[in-house]
Amino acid sequence: MTQQGVRWTADQVLALAPDTASRKAGSKLGAAGPWSEAGSSDEGTVWGLCRGSGSKPYRTVIDIADSTGPAYKCSCPSRKFPCKHALGLLLLWAGEDGTVPRGQAPDWADEWIEDRRKRADDKRAAASAAGSAPAGDPEAARRRAERRAEWITAGAAELEQRLTDLLRGGLASAEQAGYGLWEETAARMVDAQAPGLAARVRELGAIPSSGPGWPVRLLEECALLHLLDQGWLRRDVLPGGLAATVRSRIGLPGSADGPPVRDQWLVLAQYDTADSRLTTRRIWLYGAESGRTVLVLSYGAAGRAPELVLPVGLTLDAEVSAYPGAGQSRVALGERFAAPAPTGFRPPGVGVARAVAQYGEALRDDPWLESRPVTLGRVIPTPDGDDWQLADADGELALPLAPPARSRSGLWRLVALSGGAPLTVFGECGHRGFSPLAAWPEGRGEAVPLC
Amino acid sequence: MMNETAVPGTPAATKTPPDGNRWEELVTVALLGTARRTPSGMTARRDAPTALLDAAAVETVRRRAGMRPGRAAARIEPAAEDSRPALPSAAARRLTMLLADRPGAGSGGRRGTTPDLMELLPQWLATANRHGFAAPAPALPALLDAARGRTDIRPAVLAFAGPRALWLARLNADWRFALRAAPGGGAALPGPEEPERMRELWEEGLFAERVALLAAVRGRDAGAARDLLTTTWASERAEDRLMFLDSLRTGLCAADEPFLEQALADRSRNVRSTAAELLSALPASALAGRMAERAGSCVAVDHTRGTPTIVVEAPHECDPGMERDGVVAKAPARRGERSWWLGQLVDAAPLGTWSRRLGGRTPEEIVALPVADDWRDELHAAWCRAAVRQRDPSWSRALLGTPAVPEAGGPGAMSLAERAKLLSTLGAAERAEWVAGFIAVHGLSEAFQLLGVCAVPWAGPLGRAVVDALNIARDAGSYPWSFSGVMGLAERCLDPAEAIRLEALTAVPDEPEHAAPGAGGYWAESFQRLLTTLRLRATIQTELTPP
Repeated sequence: MTQQGVRWTADQVLALAPDTASRKAGSKLGAAGPWSEAGSSDEGTVWGLCRGSGSKPYRTVIDIADSTGPAYKCSCPSRKFPCKHALGLLLLWAGEDGTVPRGQAPDWADEWIEDRRKRADDKRAAASAAGSAPAGDPEAARRRAERRAEWITAGAAELEQRLTDLLRGGLASAEQAGYGLWEETAARMVDAQAPGLAARVRELGAIPSSGPGWPVRLLEECALLHLLDQGWLRRDVLPGGLAATVRSRIGLPGSADGPPVRDQWLVLAQYDTADSRLTTRRIWLYGAESGRTVLVLSYGAAGRAPELVLPVGLTLDAEVSAYPGAGQSRVALGERFAAPAPTGFRPPGVGVARAVAQYGEALRDDPWLESRPVTLGRVIPTPDGDDWQLADADGELALPLAPPARSRSGLWRLVALSGGAPLTVFGECGHRGFSPLAAWPEGRGEAVPLC
Repeated sequence: MMNETAVPGTPAATKTPPDGNRWEELVTVALLGTARRTPSGMTARRDAPTALLDAAAVETVRRRAGMRPGRAAARIEPAAEDSRPALPSAAARRLTMLLADRPGAGSGGRRGTTPDLMELLPQWLATANRHGFAAPAPALPALLDAARGRTDIRPAVLAFAGPRALWLARLNADWRFALRAAPGGGAALPGPEEPERMRELWEEGLFAERVALLAAVRGRDAGAARDLLTTTWASERAEDRLMFLDSLRTGLCAADEPFLEQALADRSRNVRSTAAELLSALPASALAGRMAERAGSCVAVDHTRGTPTIVVEAPHECDPGMERDGVVAKAPARRGERSWWLGQLVDAAPLGTWSRRLGGRTPEEIVALPVADDWRDELHAAWCRAAVRQRDPSWSRALLGTPAVPEAGGPGAMSLAERAKLLSTLGAAERAEWVAGFIAVHGLSEAFQLLGVCAVPWAGPLGRAVVDALNIARDAGSYPWSFSGVMGLAERCLDPAEAIRLEALTAVPDEPEHAAPGAGGYWAESFQRLLTTLRLRATIQTELTPP
């Protein structure tokens, strides 16, 4: 089941760290010193004893072969996940300097692996059993859905009222109103069980203080919110795909019931965004055979890293199923047939003009789309005053970098990798510009994560 | 936003102009409110806000969908090719880890058993540079950031980071230091095959560029550098003359004498005294001869006493000739004028003259002679300065004496700093042996400064002496952090081959009766860290060895 003999790079291991402090602590433990009796098995288990400050060494064991991602177990009291010992052990293993030799797993490691795999099998069996069984009373479910739709409709109508009041009085007054008004409206949308609307409303509140050009951005966002309200209120007359997109944008849960697509999925990028409630991990995958770029989301409670980890540059042989809605990239990761493995493969790139045109076309299916994933081929990061752009190496056209991307450290990795020469760059292309997420140098070379 | 930066002249994405008017009108109405203003083509009805939102929604999606790429800005000149071989992948991974261990993100407090990775970066860089590997491009920003915070590793980082780092530094103000450190903004200095460019840079370059050029030429051809300097010497500013003169320290030779002799008449006092100092380091120079004459007349052996004794008659005045030869007439506060002058004469006189002057005695015999009237400390201190300046190992050896004598550990005539300087004139093996002997007798508390001048990795006897002394300190029951300086040095300097000897020390020992509470555990932890670091250093060396 596992790709034997294939080890990860330090970057890929460090990408598993839940935060900077763990990265640092893990790096320090990635040396032979504190470790004893470390080893790895052909079944994809890595284990070791790490001497800490106490008298008994910690027992660390990692299952890298699990098709749902690496799993960790450590006897240390840390609540970080993975803990620094697991990271250190993986670094040691990745280092291939002979300190983690092939061998037979000790009993304590074996027990945990056995137990874990058994539980995972049980869970899978239970899940498939539940999938085939009718989920509760369909009549009651239908009544619940209807009641929720009524609440949302009431919420959307109320929001429409707020928006028309705002436009009647003028956006200039919104500058003085501040956050309070929007926070209250957002809370009303949460009550109406329309989290998608609530999130958009909350973002409206931040626009008046977002610097020059805010009236334009505020009008755009108000208009798109209005469009979403109207989409919901008239969802019965919309084409099926668009209606599903509206439902998903409103925040109704969908289930990933698209047909499973098995492919060699290359992990293009993984990055986290956090608000006060939730950490959202976004992972972009590219299917070598299907040529599709899809998005996997994973969530963690505030301040904790989401569990799903897929290091950039590896491919996994897996099935994914799409969530409903036209123009949606999101999929759920289904069965994985092998542990992630390194690859020399990279996605084919398009020119700057094509990338922008594709975003425009994608708005037909989803007018609320902020950006679209795309791989640019042969572009050169080029300074443009205080900003940066990606310029076609063989043409005169260029895409500006999106404002948030200009201040990220990834920008400098991108520029350093290029050295003024063309690159292949994966990122998100939208109306704000381009956000680079991974890049490959001309010729040979591994993917360099930029986020 | 792309569509907003579409003002004339900015090469961002643009949209077709006629729609712009429509959109701007909508924004204006939205800002003022439909209660005050009605968009053209709409009637001022109660549902005017809804109509405005409808129109704005259409415009927004239309503007986004109709976006086009902008024009490319002027291309930047690509970075110069780095022809060095690529770093082996294991070493590249290690570099990622070393750079991830940035200060400030730390746990603080006690160091635990894990190595201090950032402290290993200088050694890592030195080894990588020795093998001539090219830095991996994605690591350059982290390397430059590390060098920004630590001036001590800048030269090594910049050498390793290569031409692309300088190319990057021109694009990011945070990394400007790299351009200052690399003269000419990283452009290669002209070589001997480009006399025109060399002359031009020397005559028109910035001060830092000129210093770098002079140093480079001096390293290649001492005479050519002196000739270059002579061409503009008369018109240089005093502080520049001082810096240029200083660069003649490299490759100082007898042929420099006429130039230096002429600089003794310089307008600037600092230039004069530097010239005198340089001349005194040339034992065959006329100045050295004059100083030998003066110093010799002040020091003699008196045979009339029971044992031969050195007697000193310090100079009674500082005549203009002495001043011209660099002797500073005015003594610092709380120092006698005569002993001040004597010190300057003795430290500028060639050491070779003393044997002749003092009855054919060897340096050891001279140093061993008693000195009358409390002149001993003054005289020996001056000889120390002379031995360091003239890089004279036999005198250094004599003045250092055997490390085992009690005085070697005490204050004596020489401070530890002076001893360290004397040691630096000896060969690496002899240096290590002397310090090992010193540690064996006097322990570690005074050894830090002396260890700093020893070659890395420490020679076998020195390493063993340090480990033994640490072991003794542990058995004495004190806490290890009293020795944290030496421990830190040992982590970086001990030969990784010593790791085997350390293994026994990493166990927690039984506490001796008078030990500080818990000290044994802390010692075990310190030794563990030492061991871990040594193993890591051995791994680093292997990773950086070309296949």
